[in-house]
Amino acid sequence: MSRLRILYSRLRAEEKQLFAAAEAKGIPCSLEDIRTEAWRIEPNETDVFLCRCIGHLQNVSVARMLEAGGARVVNPSAVMELCGDKLATSAALAAADIPQPAFRAAFSEEAALEAAEQLGYPVVFKPVTGSWGRLLALASNRETAEAIVEHKAHLGAAHQVYYVQSYVEKGGFDVRAFVLDGRPLCAIRRTSGHWITNTARGGRAENQPMDAELRSVLERVHGAVGGDFIAVDLFLTRLGWLVNEVNDGAEFRNSSAPTGVDIASAVVEACTDLMKREKRGDKRGLKRSATLCGTSSPGA
Amino acid sequence: MAGTVTCVVCEGTVALPENCGLGEILVCGDCGTELEVVALEPVRAEEAPQVQEDWGE
Repeated sequence: MSRLRILYSRLRAEEKQLFAAAEAKGIPCSLEDIRTEAWRIEPNETDVFLCRCIGHLQNVSVARMLEAGGARVVNPSAVMELCGDKLATSAALAAADIPQPAFRAAFSEEAALEAAEQLGYPVVFKPVTGSWGRLLALASNRETAEAIVEHKAHLGAAHQVYYVQSYVEKGGFDVRAFVLDGRPLCAIRRTSGHWITNTARGGRAENQPMDAELRSVLERVHGAVGGDFIAVDLFLTRLGWLVNEVNDGAEFRNSSAPTGVDIASAVVEACTDLMKREKRGDKRGLKRSATLCGTSSPGA
Repeated sequence: MAGTVTCVVCEGTVALPENCGLGEILVCGDCGTELEVVALEPVRAEEAPQVQEDWGE
């Protein structure tokens, strides 16, 4: 009997909801803290892995190990890598001609300031890796940009790739939309008095109806980025939707109630479909399934 | 899972949520310290690690 194995490194509400949803549906499932075992590649025929580790590098690393043996991982490591790098995501969106805020990449302090001048103030400096709005910096003028760039010079190698994005006047809200198995699932509107509207920073969530235009944008994003379950952040401007970021490890605890969509149940159902495909040997071109050694340690 | 755990910083009593799991984060109501559940039987909690640069979605 194949299982759904939910991997984590810090147990959040989402992982507990996913496990509870799987149990409620009678899906063979385990909840495993990846830190409790030494892992090695070992053949396995049918298990599907839902990688939910809070640390991007650990999540990608365990996914790569699993895939090396042919296991089906949600999301695939290539999608994690793309979404985990904001510059890579923007490049993929640009290649697909998907609307997004104007941005520049720079690799020196001087070039970062030149990027800001090219875009015109205000601009946002973003770390290429990171989440929850961490270390985002809004520069309204040259003096602020100089201070930000000087500080970033002391933050280590990851901050020497300067991602500079035009600040978008978004009317106090942005939209977080979930795409499951290539299809738009639901969306919330996040409102905040702060320019960063992330609900992890206190933004309020309400349902965002999905019209044909939004659905079309989301389907195009999925076409460009891929992934089984992704969360797309967008701005609604007078020019239409702009895609801001794409997340591979979506947090959804604040989204099920306002949308009325049981996101955890939908995700585990999609994983069940994958498990059936694995059982049938329909790997969509993937290699033979394999798993790592590591005893499951259900935490709930 | 019902019960409590003792805060390692202030020795306050912290209630455990239902279905508490390994790696779950608790916040001590007395001192505000974030605690991570590191063992279940018996339940033991340590100070949670600081948020890392690559944590998130």
